[in-house]
Amino acid sequence: MENRPFSRREFIKLAGLGGVVVVSGCASTKGSSMADSEPDFYFVQLSDCHWGFEDPVVNPDAGGTLKKAVAAVNGMARPPDFIMFTGDLTHTTDDPKERRRRLTEFREIAGGLKVKDVRYMPGEHDASLDNGKAFKEFFGATHYTFDHKGVHFIVIDNVSDPTAAIGDEQLQWLREDLEKQPRDARIVVFTHRPLFDLYPQWDWATRDGAQAIALLQTHDNVTVFYGHIHQENHFMTGRIAHHSAKGLMFALPVAGSQPRRLPVKWDASAPYKGLGYREVEAERTPVSYAITEWPVA
Amino acid sequence: MQAERRRLLYAGSAAVVLACVGRMTALAQPKPRIVAIAARKFTYEPDEIILKLNEPVIFRLTTADVVMGFSIPDFATRATIIPGQVTEVAITPTKVGEFTFLCDVFCGSGHENMDGMLRVVA
Repeated sequence: MENRPFSRREFIKLAGLGGVVVVSGCASTKGSSMADSEPDFYFVQLSDCHWGFEDPVVNPDAGGTLKKAVAAVNGMARPPDFIMFTGDLTHTTDDPKERRRRLTEFREIAGGLKVKDVRYMPGEHDASLDNGKAFKEFFGATHYTFDHKGVHFIVIDNVSDPTAAIGDEQLQWLREDLEKQPRDARIVVFTHRPLFDLYPQWDWATRDGAQAIALLQTHDNVTVFYGHIHQENHFMTGRIAHHSAKGLMFALPVAGSQPRRLPVKWDASAPYKGLGYREVEAERTPVSYAITEWPVA
Repeated sequence: MQAERRRLLYAGSAAVVLACVGRMTALAQPKPRIVAIAARKFTYEPDEIILKLNEPVIFRLTTADVVMGFSIPDFATRATIIPGQVTEVAITPTKVGEFTFLCDVFCGSGHENMDGMLRVVA
């Protein structure tokens, strides 16, 4: 199995082979960039909101960025079929009461989304200190599946175990779910952490992610969308494409580009730089996902 | 009978040679250096350690408060540190450079800054 990063040119090349096209988020109208080709549907991915984070050097609008993103999604010309939050809804706290207060506020803000089919999954900031207990009180299961217009979606929890493992029980659940899917099923996986070893030196990995990839590898059309690293990253493990999303509180540096994984400081000349959300258009023929990245403001 | 005596003689000689080689190997192996590392929210003490290339080392790990991790991805080594227990991790650095070690068990609000540096010198 070959593991390698995408080149930008490959996005275009792969479009006809069940791959992905990246569309610039600057020139077209939001929610209509692929309207001419009548896509099956599109969804929006929001990630790493870190509600409760405070550091004006990193984000002087910590209380406003998520609200801006909600307003931007509400302003899309054609509403998405659903919205997926891929974890780290809140910034971690050692105080369980404060965690619930942050989750309450986050839920109130997300409740302002006009689209009501909104799905959630935890990040390690939400779930690793209490094995997902508070998250479940607010949003239910931490791993689950759903189907939408011919695509099978699988949400994998690789954060409720503080050791960043999926665990044998969930892997067995994944195996059994995949066994029910035809080999050529269109499958989209959501995780918080990368399933592959992106950069373990910064904890950008899942301890038993290779086992999940081996299970997913038995199917022809699998694409993974995840968060955690607060920036775009596109990577292939065999024929599985993995796409990380930008965050909505602070950007993080490129893996290994500096000694420590510290948030990127706010750039007053380019506010909200590095922050954003994405729309993903699911195409049936050929099976592909057109990703459009949108800035917060 | 003669053949049996010859076989036993060869076998005995081989055992002596192997024992000698084993002893020489044991003598050639330097004794591992012991490095004690105390973890606590959200630091390691020490957080910078200088090692010599090819010198075996045993990290003797303890944690003062909660369960912690100790991971050195560049040497594919990790361990979980349990409060009240001493955990030992042995490595022999085979490359020169600076290598991060970090906590890979989410341990609290300062977890993401809990790391240290191994400097391996020739």
